[in-house]
Amino acid sequence: MELPPFLQSERKRPGYADAFNSSFIFHPSSFLESGVMLRRWRADLHIHTCLSPCAEKEMTPPAIVGQARKVGLELIAICDHNAADNAEAVMAVGRREGVAVIPGIEITTSEEVHILGLFDRLRDLEAVCDHVDAYLEGENQPEVFGPQEVVDETGAVLRENKRLLIGACGLALDEVVGLIASYGGCAIASHIDREAFGLIGHLGFIPDVPLNGLEVSARMTVAEAREKFALGTQYAIIRSSDAHRLEEIGKASSVLEMEAPTVPEIRRALEGVEGRKIISDFGF
Amino acid sequence: MRLKEVIERLGLVVCTHRERDEVEVTGGHAGDLLSDVMANSQAGHVWVTIQVHPNIVAVAVLKDLAAIILANGRQPQSETLEKAQVQGVTLLTTALPTFEVVGRLYGMMKDEG
Repeated sequence: MELPPFLQSERKRPGYADAFNSSFIFHPSSFLESGVMLRRWRADLHIHTCLSPCAEKEMTPPAIVGQARKVGLELIAICDHNAADNAEAVMAVGRREGVAVIPGIEITTSEEVHILGLFDRLRDLEAVCDHVDAYLEGENQPEVFGPQEVVDETGAVLRENKRLLIGACGLALDEVVGLIASYGGCAIASHIDREAFGLIGHLGFIPDVPLNGLEVSARMTVAEAREKFALGTQYAIIRSSDAHRLEEIGKASSVLEMEAPTVPEIRRALEGVEGRKIISDFGF
Repeated sequence: MRLKEVIERLGLVVCTHRERDEVEVTGGHAGDLLSDVMANSQAGHVWVTIQVHPNIVAVAVLKDLAAIILANGRQPQSETLEKAQVQGVTLLTTALPTFEVVGRLYGMMKDEG
């Protein structure tokens, strides 16, 4: 079978065979004693759409899902700044095209730290969005920050979101993480390896809040981040692209061993329980 | 006071748009949270910060700030430089820590009247 482009460069890496095996779509699954069958999912859990002002207009549902398929992603999460108007449209396209899409959000806390919230049910995400919206101030200025386009499944623009989505909401870090948890979501600190809007960059350390995991960007591997930030084995760390343009999709990803591409399963993989786990991370 | 005088008296390094140094400086703002600067700064202010990512340029444009001073030896990211160049924002740098830059700026402006 023809290797997708991102895997072709993997050939040159030591441990290529392991890399290939762990990402090959039809990898033999593991059977647990309980009879549950686990398999591996290549996931990029942080992708923006054209709703985010800093993302390109090309980030429409069909384009995002198409690009995800092209680079061999089986699971993606949509996380726009402080809103989620386009999540449902991407999910619908994903269902048709065979890419699992999890609806999420990237909330900017009052400390200007970015936190991802991934949700199993759209209505939980919508409730969180409503809550965040009550703590957002200001109106967007498209000519300064970029347009915030709400689109349908074809990518046609329905309207613009008028709120200042690039701003910080009035909720502090612990309130945001608590909010995500209270709706059964998975809370992950975005790109902790980045100084700007990163948890460690802004607070200087990782406070004692119930985060489900940390995220590292394409800039460094999880192992490098563990060392650089002295994270030890205490935190579950995944890697994602934070894609704001199509070519960035899948630029960083993690392979998760789970039963299904759902938020409860992702939480189990982050916790490393019941046989679920994070297998590896990739970047290119 | 003109931005030119601020640049000369503090020995600031000009990264972009030196030609805007005739701009009148109406005051200053110090802070590293963009939300704070967006809420509390005013047009014509000089903004002292250690944030070096490109979003600072958008904030400077939005609030019509006189200039951004990156303190503490901080250097702008390449995308920040590009954006400042394109958007016409004067980006200045100094090795002085924020505390000193702000103290001296405040003193200068107070003396002026």
